[in-house]
Amino acid sequence: MSHPPLAAEFTANRSRAHWHDKALWFVREKRDRMANSVPEWEQLREHASAIKMHTVSQLPLYLEQFERNALALGVHVHWAETAEDHNRIVLEILQRHSVKRIVKSKSMLTEECHLNPFLEKNGIEVVDTDLGERIVQLRNEPPSHIVLPAIHIRKEEVGECFHEHLGTEKGASDPAYLTEAARGHLRQKFCQADAGITGVNFAIAETGGIVVCTNEGNADLGVSLPKVHIACMGIEKLIPRVSDLAVFLRLLARSATGQPITTYSSHFHGPRPGCELHVVLVDDGRSGIIQSSEFRRSLSCIRCGACMNTCPVYRRSGGHSYESTVPGPIGSILAPLKDSEKHSSLPFACSLCGSCTDVCPVKIDLHHQLLAMRGLLGQRRLIATSKKLSMKFVAGIMKRTWLFNLLGKFARLSLRVLPRFAIYHRFNPWGRQRELPEAPAKSFRQMYADRKSTASNPGDKSK
Amino acid sequence: MKVALFIPCYVDQFYPNVGMATVAVLEHFGVEHEFPLSQTCCGQPMANSGCMPEAKPLAERFVEVFDGFDYIVAPSGSCVSMVRHHYEEYFDHNDTRSRKVRENTLELSEFLTRVLGVTTVFGSFPHQVGIHQSCHGLRELRLASSSEVMKKRDDLLKTLLGNLDGIRFSQLARKDECCGFGGTFAVAEEAVSCMMGDDRVNDHVQAGTEVLTAGDMSCLMHLEGIIRRQKRKIRVMHFAEILAEAVNVPSTARR
Repeated sequence: MSHPPLAAEFTANRSRAHWHDKALWFVREKRDRMANSVPEWEQLREHASAIKMHTVSQLPLYLEQFERNALALGVHVHWAETAEDHNRIVLEILQRHSVKRIVKSKSMLTEECHLNPFLEKNGIEVVDTDLGERIVQLRNEPPSHIVLPAIHIRKEEVGECFHEHLGTEKGASDPAYLTEAARGHLRQKFCQADAGITGVNFAIAETGGIVVCTNEGNADLGVSLPKVHIACMGIEKLIPRVSDLAVFLRLLARSATGQPITTYSSHFHGPRPGCELHVVLVDDGRSGIIQSSEFRRSLSCIRCGACMNTCPVYRRSGGHSYESTVPGPIGSILAPLKDSEKHSSLPFACSLCGSCTDVCPVKIDLHHQLLAMRGLLGQRRLIATSKKLSMKFVAGIMKRTWLFNLLGKFARLSLRVLPRFAIYHRFNPWGRQRELPEAPAKSFRQMYADRKSTASNPGDKSK
Repeated sequence: MKVALFIPCYVDQFYPNVGMATVAVLEHFGVEHEFPLSQTCCGQPMANSGCMPEAKPLAERFVEVFDGFDYIVAPSGSCVSMVRHHYEEYFDHNDTRSRKVRENTLELSEFLTRVLGVTTVFGSFPHQVGIHQSCHGLRELRLASSSEVMKKRDDLLKTLLGNLDGIRFSQLARKDECCGFGGTFAVAEEAVSCMMGDDRVNDHVQAGTEVLTAGDMSCLMHLEGIIRRQKRKIRVMHFAEILAEAVNVPSTARR
């Protein structure tokens, strides 16, 4: 399906769509207050952007440096060219240790690679330990937001879900009660797990260490109890130096949720004694994006979700309407880069308001990339024939002033004389909830000419 | 100073009064102007639909039509941003003619404040005005501070309107959220577009807006369409129309 019908479905339940919009706008406003409290906010963004652009321009170098330093710390480093490679590598590690149960903290990369269904198919129990992720996992649906995976679900619905799966009281929806229930349930899963999987927020080339940011401490617990920790990361998560981390940690949580910093920023430098730490570095199309001058900057993304919180379309259409692992503005670039045919409606699910570009902590020119992506889809003939033909038609008119004037006059006249039913019908989406402009008798150029001639300047001829 | 009027195609056909108000405002400040008759459309609808090959001849035509003027002034931030920020890809890097046209194409409030140096307008407009910050004027041309960026910029509309006698400004809950027009987005994503528009209108209703204004008629066309369908009591005016009306009324502040 494409975005418009799914979005229309979401907005049809107006009170729910408003509730969703307001919940995310609340986060956006929190972000504004936090950003405003840092006098050097704009410099930080500038700096972060420069670090990311530099890193991506020297990525092979930094990747090798990271690998060397990580190996020296005793980390097992794996390279995966594709999502399938990634899944296979993870499975092999798990099978080698006869792992039957794993706990996993938030990782958009494993979502991108569809690791959960793959592992489950191979007989391994996967438990997402982030509360929001656990909720969507129990409901058997994908996250609708990269930072707030269950933002589309009301607490009453969480109550129903927990009643069914965790045996909470029927009708209970008190967040504290439900959270406590999830805590008890997850605690058991943590204790039973044979391995822990985490994502990676930042990998530091200079040290070979990785950093994982969470609010619930679930990553820490998940990798502290079992003997095997597998950290999965896209190759763009690299930063050169430890000192660069200070820039990103200040930006990440403020942009994401309006917190000064995530509750836990966990640094992993090698395995614990007697344990194993594996880092899987995944390409999955990223090195191709590096080659593209137009879309390279999309790799700067630190997955804070600020562009989703600010996007007026996302807030009103919900994450699932994008049908891609990463929704919202950044997802509408990344998804078509991966499969332009399947995701061809996403770059158009945007009014080009530019709010995403202004909110982005690493200054990705999101709305310009969305525009460029539309052009790319045009080149690949992935724009609806009706749209292409109508644009060809309009451009044909606009190339001829006389025709523009004539058809303009005709359009204005039609709007003035036609009966309402001939203008407002099911083939006129503009008029479903809106009036068309009231057509004036004269165009501007007619009025301008009339005025000039009455101003006794009859000879005036513009070029 | 040779100034050309660039009146966006849909303004020419559907909002001639906005064009005439632009003329009146320019004349109020003593600017001589011309309206090159062969102008039509800048090509933005095609470019924003991913139809760059269709936009290119219109961009070339635009440069042809407006070449030779010192300034090209339009009552639309969106069309100006198309010319100034997005024409680059249609021309050779060394093409000085197109560069000159691009750089000298200005939105009306920019031209008034930055070229003419207008800081105060004397006149009267005793109404509560709600400013809709049109996105392209705001985030492409930077005609005011956007709420996302922690950097203060002059708000050109407020500069121009702020001194009018009796004017009051609405305090909006969301001061610069998009109205949902977005060109073909308004039709292709009709449901979201109208919900966005509806939300903007409601924000103005709760704030007590009597006159809704903006720098772009396209946003106002969409919002007015919703306002009229819902029979709301809000008057919709381009800021040029407010200025033209205001300077015609004797102001007590006038020297």
